[in-house]
Amino acid sequence: MAEKSSAAPLSPAQPGERHWWTSALRRFIGTRELPLLVLILLVVVFMANRNPNFLTIANFRAMAVGFTPTAIIAVGMVILLVAGGFDLSVGAVLALSGTVVARMVLDDVEQPLAVLLVLVMGGLIGAVNGLLVTKVRINPLVATLGTLSIARGIAQVMTEGVSISGLPPSFGRVGGEQIANVPYMVLIMLVIVVVGDLALRHTRFLRQAYYVGSNENAARLSGIAVDRFRIFAYVLTATLAALAGIVLASRLMAGTPTAAQGLELQVLAGAVIGGASLTGGEGTVLGAFLGIVFIGIISNVMTMEAVSIFWQQAVTGAILIAAVAFDMLVRRRRV
Amino acid sequence: MSAPLLEVTRVNKSFPGTHALKDVSFELLPGEVHALMGENGAGKSTLMHIISGVYAPDSGDVRIDGRPVALRDTRQAQDLGIGMVFQELSLAPGLSIAENVFPNRAPTRLGGTIDWRSLYRQTRVLLAQFDLEVDPRTLVRDLNVTTRQIVEIVKALSLNARILLLDEPTSALPPTEVEHLFDVLRRLKARGIGIVYISHRIPEVMAIADRLTVLRDGQRVGTHAVAEVTPDRIIEQMVGRKITDLYPPRADQLGAELLRVERLTRDKTFADISFTLHRGEIIGIAGLMGARRSDLLRALVGVDRVQSGSIIIEGRRVHLTSPEQAFALGMAYLPEERKTDGLFLKLPLRQNISVTALRDFSRFGLMNPRREAAVSQTFVEKLHIRTPGVQQIVGRLSGGNQQKVMLSKWLVRQPKILVIDEPTKGVDVGAKVEIHALLRELARQGAGVIFVSSEFPEIIGLADRILIMVEGRLVGEVPAAQATEQQLMLLSSGYHVQESVAGV
Repeated sequence: MAEKSSAAPLSPAQPGERHWWTSALRRFIGTRELPLLVLILLVVVFMANRNPNFLTIANFRAMAVGFTPTAIIAVGMVILLVAGGFDLSVGAVLALSGTVVARMVLDDVEQPLAVLLVLVMGGLIGAVNGLLVTKVRINPLVATLGTLSIARGIAQVMTEGVSISGLPPSFGRVGGEQIANVPYMVLIMLVIVVVGDLALRHTRFLRQAYYVGSNENAARLSGIAVDRFRIFAYVLTATLAALAGIVLASRLMAGTPTAAQGLELQVLAGAVIGGASLTGGEGTVLGAFLGIVFIGIISNVMTMEAVSIFWQQAVTGAILIAAVAFDMLVRRRRV
Repeated sequence: MSAPLLEVTRVNKSFPGTHALKDVSFELLPGEVHALMGENGAGKSTLMHIISGVYAPDSGDVRIDGRPVALRDTRQAQDLGIGMVFQELSLAPGLSIAENVFPNRAPTRLGGTIDWRSLYRQTRVLLAQFDLEVDPRTLVRDLNVTTRQIVEIVKALSLNARILLLDEPTSALPPTEVEHLFDVLRRLKARGIGIVYISHRIPEVMAIADRLTVLRDGQRVGTHAVAEVTPDRIIEQMVGRKITDLYPPRADQLGAELLRVERLTRDKTFADISFTLHRGEIIGIAGLMGARRSDLLRALVGVDRVQSGSIIIEGRRVHLTSPEQAFALGMAYLPEERKTDGLFLKLPLRQNISVTALRDFSRFGLMNPRREAAVSQTFVEKLHIRTPGVQQIVGRLSGGNQQKVMLSKWLVRQPKILVIDEPTKGVDVGAKVEIHALLRELARQGAGVIFVSSEFPEIIGLADRILIMVEGRLVGEVPAAQATEQQLMLLSSGYHVQESVAGV
């Protein structure tokens, strides 16, 4: 029996006695993370030879700071996607959280308390999303599109469309300071990614995501509390969006109601490029993280190559389609 | 004897990893019903797909009316007079009968608009050939399964098919309607149409077929005139070994009462259901479609709510509001549709087995994949699940093996009460016998089993006691040892209501 119990629980290892290299190749293509990692390294090597400014600490730091909010949210989003859910409201929740935390800090609320309250607010928005989807049975696309508009709208009303600035310097520590060249915000993001990845792979609780997402009926009839798990996933995603909003506000030293427009699509694109499926049951945190890193690097490359910023969005879309098309082709061949 | 309509000679077909057909020959005469039998994976579908032009054979040839043909696609096969009716009914439910019969060949008037009057007239003529007095404008969604099946056949015939391929045509039909379909087939025979009839159900094949060909592991094992062969011999050829007893021996003694159901009622579904289940006992529930047997099972395990009545497990009255609760009390539930309700087809076998007992496969909240693999492996061995390993994606296993995985996922919890909807649906004979033996073994170890099956022989063979359900009510109870199919049919149709009405 070709049994690999040490492999990651959800990597589809292929059994059978073929040549070692075919099985190695199959396993390589069978996971999404490895090809993506190789692709990222190829781009890095290529660019390092082409542009001396690319492979520098400053550039990489800027890149990492740039995709930190997206990556934080992606951890929740990929768990939600695996569980068969979907959340469009994350960008709006991020913006709302940033403005609310800025308002509170300006109003002299203790900073830890302000952060805590905003995280709770994020969780509550997630709970609303979750309840709308599971109990009222509204399609997630519609439900979260609704909360997107509401959150964005409230942020605009609160600020009358103008950023809240003039925050005390102490609020900017997370977003502005660093340790050994690694900004605190990037450190926070990395910790969340690593913990999220291990938890989704190994914990009993998050294992349920794969059951719920691959077959909701079977999960329910196997004794899994499907609705409860989905609501949890929405709460987690929105809470992480709130955290991303706080981190971004700290970096910008402002609460901006128009921040992160279209960020939800970046998060989804990253997760899908990293192997998550919109139909549920598939995906890893590491894959989603690498997907977002990849998008980040590509837009950095384009900026360095002086490609218009307007083209970058189009390229992100092309990468997304290419990744999914690649997946379909590989899969069709495997079955 | 007339010349064959269809001749398949020494056909081979390989897919990566499997030799699906090896030197298979097959012949169909005009006016003949030729049954094609074999277990899942024996090569029946591959052969069908070759005849209907879906696959090209690697070698060997196909002749129609003695002329060799190289079928490129199904369209060409249709033009040559081959009509197909596949397992999954392929009608569009939102369209009318007429539109379904003539999907893209509707008669048109000048300018390309559909000539509705002519369309309906032509459809009516076709339907009349089978005594179907339905309005061709009726939506397919509003038809019963039998009528849909016949519309499907009419659709194939509207293309002037002379060779009709039927894949499990009765699998979706209630037992009472099978004879109606057979009537239709007899008329087609009389018109000289040749029919290839794929089925698992031996009694049906004995009733309608003239000849039968058995395939096993991609090879033809034999072709027989139905009159000259016995069911035992067919099974033996399909399975490749002698099966002495199709069903395991019944319970010789029962244990304590496990489950007592009293006047259970769910609005508009079933009413006043009362019965008891003992340790060591297997109860079968017989009934026709619409008898609400599956609904009863769902309510027993807390999936559906009940309005009144009670469920008592080992003397304790329980109030179930969710399946989790029922499972925690030692119940297990195997739904009828294993693909949509039972299994996680995208996930590996071992994760399908561990799902009901995640706690047992984890420590401090972390999954233990090694234990998961080891326990799954023991089930693979114990239940003879044919798989390359516990890492295999369940969607790639055959129906019988999937069914065994679904059983395993519950056996992990060592349930006291197994509630099973169609224990062997779409499972081949070999696996069927194994599953029956396993259920009996569980009962012998002290479990109680309650199951629903649409096959009367399975109910009679497997159960100790049979409950009969008609339109949401229990109308009778028969000891299985004395039951006959005719009796169950009569009771299920609601004619006799004289035996003891259970528990009232």
